[in-house]
Amino acid sequence: MRGIWSFRELLGNLVRKELKVKYKNSVLGFLWSLVRPLCLLLIYWLVLGKFLRSPIPDFAFYLFAGLVAWDLFGSTLNAATTSIVSNGGLIKKVYFPREILPLATVGAGLVHFALQMLVVFGVLVAFDYDFFGANLLLLPLAVVALVIFLTAMSLFLAAANVYLRDVQHLIEVFLLFWFWLTPIVYPINFAFDVFGGRAVAGVKLSTIYMLNPLTNVVVGFQRAVYKHPVVEDSGGNPVEVLYQASMGTYVGRLLAVIVVSSLLVWLAQRVFARAQGNFAQEL
Amino acid sequence: MPGTPIVRVVDVSKRFNLHHDKSLKERLVNRATRANEDFWALRNVAFDLDESNTLGLIGANGSGKSTLLKVVAGILTPTSGYVERRGRMAALLELGAGFHPDLTGRENVYMNASILGLSRRQTDQYFDAIVDFSGIEKFIDNQVKFYSSGMYVRLAFAVAVHVDPELLLIDEVLSVGDEPFQRKCMKRIKEFQRDGRTIVLVTHGIDVVRQLCDRVIMLDKGEVVVDGKPQEATRAFRERYAAQVDEPEDVRGTGQVSVTSMRVTDGQGREKQRFESGERLGFEMVIEAHEPLEDPVVGVAIYNHLDNLVYGTNTAMRDVPLGTFTGRRRVRFDFGPIPMVEGQYFVTVAVHSRDETVQYVWLERQVSFKVFSLSVDSGVLHLDPSIEIEPAGPDSS
Repeated sequence: MRGIWSFRELLGNLVRKELKVKYKNSVLGFLWSLVRPLCLLLIYWLVLGKFLRSPIPDFAFYLFAGLVAWDLFGSTLNAATTSIVSNGGLIKKVYFPREILPLATVGAGLVHFALQMLVVFGVLVAFDYDFFGANLLLLPLAVVALVIFLTAMSLFLAAANVYLRDVQHLIEVFLLFWFWLTPIVYPINFAFDVFGGRAVAGVKLSTIYMLNPLTNVVVGFQRAVYKHPVVEDSGGNPVEVLYQASMGTYVGRLLAVIVVSSLLVWLAQRVFARAQGNFAQEL
Repeated sequence: MPGTPIVRVVDVSKRFNLHHDKSLKERLVNRATRANEDFWALRNVAFDLDESNTLGLIGANGSGKSTLLKVVAGILTPTSGYVERRGRMAALLELGAGFHPDLTGRENVYMNASILGLSRRQTDQYFDAIVDFSGIEKFIDNQVKFYSSGMYVRLAFAVAVHVDPELLLIDEVLSVGDEPFQRKCMKRIKEFQRDGRTIVLVTHGIDVVRQLCDRVIMLDKGEVVVDGKPQEATRAFRERYAAQVDEPEDVRGTGQVSVTSMRVTDGQGREKQRFESGERLGFEMVIEAHEPLEDPVVGVAIYNHLDNLVYGTNTAMRDVPLGTFTGRRRVRFDFGPIPMVEGQYFVTVAVHSRDETVQYVWLERQVSFKVFSLSVDSGVLHLDPSIEIEPAGPDSS
């Protein structure tokens, strides 16, 4: 870890390189990083919001909150998994702490994320959407939790992929499942309604569902910027859009994610440190 | 702390698995058959390297010298044993590793410098010197993918030598670039030595070893076979690989003449293979003409291990006519004392017509001899200079 600190400038340079190289020679350049999430947003809004008539008001804003968090996680994890393998030339020829590579990917992801957040808030302000309030304080906490968890996963998968190239394909499929098992395009309570009181081995399905760190992060994001916790459908029945819990529960869950993820980072770093000795010969 | 070695290599062995199956299926299927494909690249290598020494690693291809360098650099972890290192280190295992083709020269300089451990401020400080050293000021803001390979390498080396390491590891990077640039690199490395830095370099060039190193380790099949002065090690290297160098022999010509015997002598008819620098050298051969030839020319050329012509002569140059040549002739050359530097030399002989239009026979590098010297020389000629130093007045010329 000390080694990483002394190479922090390299980390900064690698992040800059990654961003620069990605959009070099393209006319729109950096704007491309916004195109994908915006397209996703458009599709989900059209299909789920309009065609399937989602009961959620301001559905686009609801989607926005979850998608921004997911895009940081999903795209970055994909890139981080291959970060060591695709920099094989460097690994084989120069010594530096190898953790830098997945960390740089996370760093580049964060820059994209910051940009998207700017757009989110820009749109919210432009539509005069009243999102200011104490809720907003959940956002930094959720971002921290997400980044720590993402870092742990990135370190672990980047190392694993060196030894087993299947990991990079596996993770793509895995992320697909993960996306739909996280309440991004549907309200979390729809899932809870389906689970009912059902349990597996004595543990309620809804409890298992909530073990997903991403779920906790995403509901945190939604709570922070979306303003209709409960709405009425056309029949006048209440529809719970957001995760129904006190602010304290939200904070507690996010803190739990932070603690567990920090442990995971420590563990992933240990695994990574043991694995990296043979990187140069496995590549 | 002076006295403690800057690098300690303690009983290092490195094993490589030669399996290439990378996917899950292949791993499961081939599980049982994998065990025996091990290859030991290093076996029980141990040495201490003191500060401000220059160590050369030599050996044939596959002897493990590059692996050893990578282990010292921390890129590979040894299977057993360990390496202790102190001080800042820069490893030049490949020039321009980490150059990105889409970035400009300037961006790549900063990128590469930070990979090698320089801070942004230090790079700012050295930037002009780096660009100046590389000699590509005009193109520094072009993307690196438009560079010629020479420019690429020069920029990379320029960055590398401006990193300010206490320990510098170099792998075969001196053989790049054109000659003036190589001289520049060599000069820079000698500056490093003068500053008291420690250098480990892997090379095939025996001359480089003799010029730069004060200690040489020779590896063979992963084991240290020689560890000592460059003289010793280069001698061992030449002896070990002489047989391999001898192999490429080439016989050409019309076949109207054949050479039935050849030997290197002491100039008085006795066969001899090892010479002190300055001893008398002779060469004898018996040639046979299969048909009568009018006044052919017999020539001998001596090449050094780099295939440079050291000396060549023939019967026409020395004005020794053979007349009409039939049957067998014995031709003796006496070269007199040979003031040549230590090394292995090869003899090429030829018989051709006087106007050089017909090559009767041409035997390339058929025999060799060795020259030893007690002093350290570089170049081709072994001279015996004396050097005087005396105080000089301010306006002395």
